[in-house]
Order: sequence, then structure tokens, then C-alpha cells
Amino acid sequence: MLDSPQQFFLERFGLTDRNLDRVLGTALEQRADWADCYFEYRVVQTASLEEGVVRKATRNVRQGVGVRVLAGTRTGYAYSDEVSLDRLELAARTARCIADESGGTTSLASTMPARGPHDLYAVTPAPIETPLEEQVALLHRLDAVARAADPAITNVLAGIGIEHRVILVATPSGFVVGDVRPLVHLSVTCIAERDGQRRQGSHGGGGRFAFGELVAGRGEHFAREAARQALVNLEATPAPAGTMNVVLGPGWPGILLHEAVGHGLEGDFNRKGTSAFSNRLNTRVASELCTVVDDGTIASRRGSLNVDDEGTPTGRTVLIEKGILRGYLQDRLNASLMKMPLTGNGRRESFAHMPMPRMTNTFMLAGDDDPEDIIRSVDHGLYAVAFGGGSVDITSGKFVFSASEAYMIEGGKIGRPVRDATLVGNGPDVMTRITRVGADLALDDGVGTCGKDGQSVPVGVGLPTIRIDGLTVGGTQA
Amino acid sequence: MDLRDTAQFLVQGALAAGARAADAVVGESDGLDVGVRLGEIEKLKRARERRAGLRVFVGDSTAIVSTADLSHDGLAELARDACALARLTAPDPLAGLPDPADLATELPELDLYDAAVETLEPAFALAQAREAEAAAMAADAEIDNSEGAEFGGGGGTVAYASSLGFVGAYTGSSFSLVVTPIAKRDGAMQRDYWYTAHRKLAALEAPAAVGREAARRTLRRLGGRRVPTTACPVVFDPQMSASLIRHLAGAMSGRALYRRSSFLLDRLGDTIAAPSITIIDDPLRPAGPASRPFDGEGVASRRRTLVEGGVLKSYLLDTYSARRLGMRTTGHATRSAGDEPGVAPTNFYLEAGPHTPEAIVASVRSGLYVTELLGFGVNGVTGDYSRGASGLWIENGELTHAVEEITIAGNLLEMFKDIEMVGSDLIFRGSAAAPTIKIGRMTVAGA
Repeated sequence: MLDSPQQFFLERFGLTDRNLDRVLGTALEQRADWADCYFEYRVVQTASLEEGVVRKATRNVRQGVGVRVLAGTRTGYAYSDEVSLDRLELAARTARCIADESGGTTSLASTMPARGPHDLYAVTPAPIETPLEEQVALLHRLDAVARAADPAITNVLAGIGIEHRVILVATPSGFVVGDVRPLVHLSVTCIAERDGQRRQGSHGGGGRFAFGELVAGRGEHFAREAARQALVNLEATPAPAGTMNVVLGPGWPGILLHEAVGHGLEGDFNRKGTSAFSNRLNTRVASELCTVVDDGTIASRRGSLNVDDEGTPTGRTVLIEKGILRGYLQDRLNASLMKMPLTGNGRRESFAHMPMPRMTNTFMLAGDDDPEDIIRSVDHGLYAVAFGGGSVDITSGKFVFSASEAYMIEGGKIGRPVRDATLVGNGPDVMTRITRVGADLALDDGVGTCGKDGQSVPVGVGLPTIRIDGLTVGGTQA
Repeated sequence: MDLRDTAQFLVQGALAAGARAADAVVGESDGLDVGVRLGEIEKLKRARERRAGLRVFVGDSTAIVSTADLSHDGLAELARDACALARLTAPDPLAGLPDPADLATELPELDLYDAAVETLEPAFALAQAREAEAAAMAADAEIDNSEGAEFGGGGGTVAYASSLGFVGAYTGSSFSLVVTPIAKRDGAMQRDYWYTAHRKLAALEAPAAVGREAARRTLRRLGGRRVPTTACPVVFDPQMSASLIRHLAGAMSGRALYRRSSFLLDRLGDTIAAPSITIIDDPLRPAGPASRPFDGEGVASRRRTLVEGGVLKSYLLDTYSARRLGMRTTGHATRSAGDEPGVAPTNFYLEAGPHTPEAIVASVRSGLYVTELLGFGVNGVTGDYSRGASGLWIENGELTHAVEEITIAGNLLEMFKDIEMVGSDLIFRGSAAAPTIKIGRMTVAGA
């Protein structure tokens, strides 16, 4: 598996090992600390159903190379989607400009983790080979399943996306590592209408596994969930406004950790001292019930990688241990400058982007509480089980995320559904307000995409049921 | 090969492979981006991209494909792949190219290109970024860190051809400078940013002015706190007003309308905003950031009034959504190489009103001035709106302390009807522009 990406690219672009060495040599003529080439080939195929039929299919092929040179805190980067020896040499000469004025004194020979690359998602045949007929058949079945839920379901939008990505990282020292990354994704959105009211429900998921996994029950589950959520939202009343106790359900609500904690622990922000978590290593940042990890090594998960986009094997990094901040997520540049170990979190959206420290699968470990007890413990509050999305201001720590399915809790019981509740808080503060952690850790269904500095990468999140005391809920009902 | 020839070659290839009709979009771009942080070079990035996309109609079935391989063999293969894929999708009698009567017949000169992009040197770009960041850092002792300053410049050409015989291309450039300082007080950090962007290098604002404004915006966030949950008037600064009209544009989109997932469904001719509200879309604005001589389907560009005196006059439509709705395209098809046409406004703005921003703030006894909105809490189906916010508290007509970690909530239809004042401060900074506005009453959730 590790040799084949190299052969693939050399053949595809008509290059030889010697050419490659020459290009990397060009990049290093100046006194650089590090240089690498990142080759990428990606095919994305989509099929979409609407109004009961699949009228749209797309197939997009992207390929290219990015050449990077690091010198001190500087990065030179040049990329092209024309891959030829001339283009590569031009890119290398451009990227190395950054080293021209550099003393080149920083050694970027960060310690590689003492582990080999993983083998987390070998799938044969590759999902991209799935005949479109099979995808169309699944979409039709999901349409029927969703519509069967209730006559109020008036439209179903369903889409399949299958990606096949081959990458290769090559450095002047002869380090060459490749990866073949399959990714399948399915999403279902239902529109429900009743008495002139229109509401929407969505669900979806996927991962680095065979297309057949979606056919075997998972897809139908997504369709039923989307329909159910649309129907719940038909009944939903406006959300309350004010500060209250909030219970988050297991799984996808782990987006809280991603926004409130994860981004603030990425190495770049901490090296620059611009994160609300800067300089807080080994101090208390969360209640002692909280242990949060980032783990890129879970087989078949959407957020998992055999190696990151700098060729470093992924790992499991403890970010918070019983409330104490223990670690940051690193790419090569920031690990070296901070003199910290590589964690396998150097990721990039494509060859057109520079790597940055990014999350993989970020989740909180299970606690001891019975989830039902946690709900019973709240007299008046909000129970949120699904979210649309979230964002964070790293520097102030303020985060926001939007519930797509939530209920009031009254007297320890789940009550009326409420719509469009937004939760807002401060990352380092909210984690200290977690007062109950359930035993029911679940990872999300494989739907997350994280955006940072204009780059999108697939990620995973996970959470057991938790109770947060005193979080601001932003509805309309003051 | 000229990009127009490449597009026509693709269309011919599709017809030869069995398509009834086809259109192709081919794009090529080059760019330079540099970043400095605390005075030091942080990054230098050179980009080169090119892409060809093809949409085919085989019978009434459609498929869309794209590639970066622009060799003759690559393009011919792309055309065959597209037709093979289309044979597997369901027919749709409404699918197809625009009515030939809607196509652009002459391409207006829109002044979109500045040849300065061809000679843009890293040294110049770095100096601009350095100057802007230095001005921000020098503004106040409380500014003690920085996410840096970035200067970017790029140019590119887009060509479009269809089997209706249309072929056209246009070339544009863009330049931008953004600064993100960080301020600290009592151990708490805040950041904000300011930017300038234009198609013409000489039209950028001076780097030092951009840096000083970035510093001013960052400093005023210091000492932010929550306010008690309340309902009160909310004043939106021009950047935030522009975000509100973007949400409205989303609901005007034909794609959302025929899917019945828009709160503006069946509202044409209705009053959807206060009488003071007029919203225009103008793709022909000279040197406008979103200006274009034709849309993503070759349809002629026209200035259009979407909301006039609070009444919804027009939707934003491409050919397909127009046919679904029994209407005519408004020339708002946007196109990326690898996807079917989408719908989006071009240079889209809320017309200026009579009030100075100072007079608007002065009119509020107790309320919120919003300078940042965070999160995704906008429901396009219902118009329900709930977003994280920060800004300044207004007391007795004056801006007082910074406010953060709150949300503002309402419903977009009610919010637009409740606009009590429209500012005179309309400045075209991005493709969506709006002046300061005041909404009579929204729910603010805080402590």
C-alpha cells in the first residue's frame, strides 16, 4: 500500500525517482530547514436525488502538486495543477525564495512518533468503483423510507458523495510516504409541511469504508432520522432566551468539544500566543470529569488517517486529562518551533493548501452517570441532541453552535421540542461548568467537516451525555 | 489553446459523444499571497490553477464533470465520461440550456482587470503587509500581538461556450490586504480585523489606514461582558447589515424556492421589508467585485431591483429554477467547473438612506450595536434567526462598553419589516454592501 502511491504518481505524471530528487534538491539549494512535495490525485463522484428521482450526477478529477519550503517561522509554498518536471522545478524555485534571507538555523527534524503508518481503511474494491446504478437504487430506497414516515414529508433530498484520494509526501532526505484514502458520505434532508408550516430535518453520515456499509441498514437509519427530525420540528416552538442548565445528548453534540476546546489547542495558535488556552499547559481548564482526546487511528472513521498530510503517522493525543490541559495538536512547523513532539495532525485540504494543525476525531471519554439520571437532575433546562454547525473565536474563546433538534427539560422530564436554539459560551469557562458525564460515549455518524483559514477537512467528534450548568441559550422567547 | 477554444472543443466533443446539448466552462488563474507576522515574513504562496467543466444533456438527462487535465486526450475522455454518466440519470424535460433570446449578444466592457497583477512582486506585497501591521501595532500599547497581515493579488480568465453557439470570456484581477491585530487587557485577549479589497491595485486603501482601523476595531472589543437577557433595538454596522441581505439573497434563490425551502416562497409582490428598503443587484457595476458580462449560462447581465420600497419585485433565477417556477431566468446562474449552475447575487446592495450612523446610534435609548456575528443560526426555510453576537452597548444614545457572549434572535421577515432607520454610509467593500441599519426590537440573550 505504501509503495503503490509512488508508482501511481510517477507513472501518471511521467516522472522518475531521479527527477523527483532533482526537484527536491532545487528546493534545498538555499538553506532551508525542511522541504517537501505533496502530490495529490482525487476523484469525487456525486449522485443526488430530488423529488423522487436522481437527475444529477457529477464526477470531478483533481490532481496537482504543492512544493513547500520551511525556514525558521517562514513557509514558502507553490502549487500547480499542471504536473510536469518544468512546473515542479518552477514551483520549487518559487517556494525556496522564502529561505533566501533566512539564517536557516532551526532544525525541523522533529522526532517522528515511534510507530509505523497505520492501515485503517483498506477497502477493496475502492468505493469509487461502485456502479452508479447501485447508488441510484439506494437513493430511491431512502426516498421511499423517508416518505413512508409520514404523509407530511413533502420532499426528500438525498445525496451520495464518494471520494478516492491518493497522496504522496516526498522529502529531500528520501522520506517518501503515500496513502490511499477512500471516503463515502450520504446525506438525507426531508421537508415536512403541515397547516402551511414548513420545516426541515437532516441526517447523514459516512466514513472510510465500503459503499455496502451504507446499503446495509445505515442509509435507512439516516433517512428515518431525517424524517423524524423534520416532523419533530413541525411541532417545535420558539426556543427560550437566557441562561440555563443544558444537557447535550451523545455523539454529534461533541461538536461542542471541537469548537470550545479543540481549535484552541491547535499548535499554531498556541505558538503565537493567540489562543484563549495559550500558556495553560498542565493547568486546570475543565472540570475533573472531563478527559478529551484526539484520535486519528480509529479504523474506518471519517476523521481518521493512516498518516497526516506531512507523512506523520496519526496518533491518539490526550488534550485534557481529568480537567488538566495536557497537550496540543501539532504539525511539523509548530511542533519544531515549540520543541514538542509531532502528533500526526498536520493536515491540508488539498495540494493547493499549506498544512496546518487540525483535529481528526475529537471526543470526551465516558463518565459514570446514567444518561437518564442526568436528564432527571435538571429542573428547568434544555436538552439538545442534534446540531447544525458551530464556530469559535480562538482568541477570546467565544463559541457558538446551533441546535437543529432540542427539547425543554421541565421537572427532570424531556418536554416540548424547541427550534433554532443557539448556544453561546466561552471555551475555557464552559468546560469548568460540566457537572455530569454519562457512560454512553458515542462517536458521530461521520458527517463533520471542519473549516479553518479557508481549508475544509473531514473530521469526527464524540461525546457521552453531559450536563453543563449555566449556558446561554439564544432563542426568541425572553 | 485559447480558453474559449478549449470550451468549444469540449462542447464539440460532447456532441460527438452523443449529447443533444452541452455547455463548458474553462478557467485559469494565477495568484500570489504573502503574510507577515510581527514584522517578519511568515508565508509566501504562489498558485496556479486551471480547470475545465462540462455539462451535457443526453436526451433529457444531465451529468456534470470536470478535470484539470486540459490535453486533447484528456478533454475528449471527459466528454465521453460525461455522456456515459448522463445515460444513468433520470430524464428531466425541464433540463437544458437557456432560451437563446436570453443570451448575451454583446459583452460590455466592465473594467475588471488591472495589468499590475502581472508584475506584482513579493517584495512589494510584503512591504504593504508590513506597513499595515506596523500601523496596527503602533496604534496602542494594548495591542501586543498579531495574527499577522496578508496581501494577495491574482488574476484569471473564465471562458464559457455552449452548443447554442455562444462563446465568451472575461479576465479579471483582484487585490486584497487584511490585518488581524490582537489586544490584551487584564489577561483577556480580543482580536478583530480590517481589510481592503479591489480589482485595481491603486484603488486599495492605504496600508496604514487599514492597520489603524483594524486596531480601532480590536481595541473597542476589550472589556467585553454579557448583558442581561432583554428585548431591545439592535443597530447593525455596515458589515453586519450586509450579512442580513445575504441571508435574504439565499431565500430569493430560485433553487431554494422550487424546493419549497425558502421563507420567500409565493411572496413576489408582497411587502417583505420596511418601506425604506430598496435592494439592487447590479452585475454591470464598473470594476465591481462580482461584475460579469454574462452569467454562468451565457445569459445577459442586467441591473435589477429586487426589493423596492419594501416590496419583493424579483427572485434570483437561473434557467432551470426559472422553468420550474414558470418564470424567466434573471441571469443569476453561478458556475464552478465541477457542479451544476447555482444561484447567487452579484454586486448586491441595500440602497443608502437619509440617516448618519451617528444619528442612528443617538436614536437608541438602550440597545445593542452589533459589530460581529458568529455561527450558523439562520433557518432559510422559516427565516428564524439566532446568532452569536458581539458589539457595543448603547445607553442614552451613546456607545458605552463592549458586549460579548450573547445571541440576538428574531425572524428575518419580521426583522426586515422592523427596520426603523437606514444609514447614509453605503460603501462598496465586498460584493454585498449595506449601510448601518436599526431594527426596532430583537431578543438579546445573555446573563
